[in-house]
Amino acid sequence: MITLAVGLGTCGIAAGAQEVYDELLRQPDPRYILRKTSCNGHCYNEPIVEVFQNEELIGAFYQVKASSVKSLLETLPSVWGQPSSRQGQEQRLVLENCGLIDPENMNDYISRGGYVALETVRSLLPMEVVSMIKASGLRGRGGAGFPTGLKWQFALNNPSQPKVVIANADEGDPGAFMDRAVLEGDPHRVIEGLLIAAHATGANSAYIYIRAEYPLAIKRLRHAIADVTAEGKLGTVLLEIKEGAGAFVCGEETALMASMEGERGMPRFKPPFPAESGLWGQPTTINNVETLAAIPWIIRHGAEAFSKWGTEKSRGTKVFSLAGKVKYPGLVEVEMGTSLRSMIEQLGGGTSSGLPIKAVQMGGPSGGCVPESLLDTALTYEDLQATGAIMGSGGVIVMDEATCMIDIAKYFLNFIQNESCGKCTFCRIGTKRMFEILSRIAEGKGELADIDELIDLSSQISKASLCQLGKTAANPVLTTLQYFKDEYLEHIVEKKCRAHVCRSLIRYHINSDVCTGCTLCAKRCPVSCIKGVTKGPHRIDASHCTKCGTCLSVCRFGAVTVSTGVHS
Amino acid sequence: MTPQWNDLASELLQRFGDETRYAIPILQAIQTEQGYIPIPLLEAIASKAQHLQANQLYGVATFYSQFTFTPKGKHTIKVCMGTACFVKGAQQIVDAFKSALSIEIGETTPDKLFTLQTVACLGCCSLAPAVMIDGHVHGQVTQESVAALLKAKGFNL
Repeated sequence: MITLAVGLGTCGIAAGAQEVYDELLRQPDPRYILRKTSCNGHCYNEPIVEVFQNEELIGAFYQVKASSVKSLLETLPSVWGQPSSRQGQEQRLVLENCGLIDPENMNDYISRGGYVALETVRSLLPMEVVSMIKASGLRGRGGAGFPTGLKWQFALNNPSQPKVVIANADEGDPGAFMDRAVLEGDPHRVIEGLLIAAHATGANSAYIYIRAEYPLAIKRLRHAIADVTAEGKLGTVLLEIKEGAGAFVCGEETALMASMEGERGMPRFKPPFPAESGLWGQPTTINNVETLAAIPWIIRHGAEAFSKWGTEKSRGTKVFSLAGKVKYPGLVEVEMGTSLRSMIEQLGGGTSSGLPIKAVQMGGPSGGCVPESLLDTALTYEDLQATGAIMGSGGVIVMDEATCMIDIAKYFLNFIQNESCGKCTFCRIGTKRMFEILSRIAEGKGELADIDELIDLSSQISKASLCQLGKTAANPVLTTLQYFKDEYLEHIVEKKCRAHVCRSLIRYHINSDVCTGCTLCAKRCPVSCIKGVTKGPHRIDASHCTKCGTCLSVCRFGAVTVSTGVHS
Repeated sequence: MTPQWNDLASELLQRFGDETRYAIPILQAIQTEQGYIPIPLLEAIASKAQHLQANQLYGVATFYSQFTFTPKGKHTIKVCMGTACFVKGAQQIVDAFKSALSIEIGETTPDKLFTLQTVACLGCCSLAPAVMIDGHVHGQVTQESVAALLKAKGFNL
């Protein structure tokens, strides 16, 4: 029997997968069963129709359009595309069901071993479950990497009742989308993990705090919660969704709790830690989505099966989201300890532009830029931290030679100064000053003393901020200064942006020997600053040019050139 | 204070409850149903509630980016400014929307048709640059496709 599976995750739908699915529905064919699934991680090929024969993947149709559905059906059972070459290079534990099951069908999840772990756990003592998770070596996947078993132990040891467990689905790091994919593709898995956490810590209330920017994930979670409730799987646990209201800092656990309590999402001083006094003063355990999604697998296969993957201190696998200037953006799940280079070059296919990789940004705004020379770094908590970046939640942004590192540092500081909650003065004002200095450098108005000022501010902000947002706010600047200081110096001294990104430092010209006078650039210029007659050389009026780059991108003759620097 | 807000305030307190923890759900309901947060409504709620004060509701509403104090347009455009979108030219996309609609970020067109916003990350990084219009994500947006996206929502160039 042949099954056609259409990936209906947010990315698939945006690429047109819903239309493809609807078209397949309109053309029923006795030869196949149609199944809707979610993202399988191969986002670069969406919309994807995967073909299974007796549940075994035999191939796929890539970048399908609704209009090509008819010819697709005529082709069957042969297919256009081979199963991705990524298969076999990944170790899928957390993502084992993503792209295979219908996320809105609980029986699909159950048929692949779903809720077996919950049954198992409920016949065990909480202490036994905690010991199992401890033995697995699982560490928090949200960023900090705190041992999950130990976190559960603290909450279990607290005799105070009632207790709370929370799934942190406030995935805010720009560039990270693994939690969205798991929630959209396998929502029951997160619920099962959360219910196991509730049993292990003795909690009767469970919440999923999810950001409002993920409407499809919220819809699928609500569907899944209705199903587990109807099936009586919740036991005595009350499970509820809490929607965020748009604040990056609410990913920080104490800010998240403040937000749930109905207040401004401002971090609180620790101690007391959530396990001592968390939501409404109750002992609280907060775990990231990916952490919880690993739990059912660990219970079903045993702690040893999990801990045999990875390195001594970083056990198991990790899901990374590859994005930016990478050829095959999407999700990959690899064994911890895999090198950054092999993940990007073999699974990601290198850069999309074909230009050399300049750096890889890891860990979002709290992370840093790892230069090409350090790409052989192993993907473990410790090795990444040694570079100045962090594992973070697993967002990986590939940057090629056309990326300006000052521009990137400026981007992150702008993000942080926008998202700082304002509680700590150094974070609130210091990040603003850093952003202003970086803007000055990008405009060619920087001075050498600015670099010392940036370093000084970085250290002050880190020392005088309460939460990790502030403590790590300067990391994007510190890592770019560490590895790309020459670019800072070029901007300051030579007024040069080698990546041709900083608009104040570049100039566009039209080479009159090459220009054919086709007039295309003049027609497309949004500020009409290109003058010339048809079939005659054109000229850019620099006083009105906004450096948008449209002329460069539309010229078919290579007549538009860019220069930068005082000596050019 | 208009009677309209008084009735709505009572209804909201009944629907959610008079406790601090319901501040955000109440504000979310107001934002969804009214399209913005009318300050007289917050005052009406506070005058009826035991545990929700006007200053607290206002404080919460100003903290989170979901809430606005001015009515939004019929269509809300959210241009993603996540890292992946940023390195793939999100700034040019924002500029294209700004120049096509002749408004700045956070503003609404005079005909109340479009509100332009930027968001930190839509989590659709593989589609960068991405734009969300009325909850629907559009990927690989180009300066050229901005006009088509607007036209599909009734924008006359």
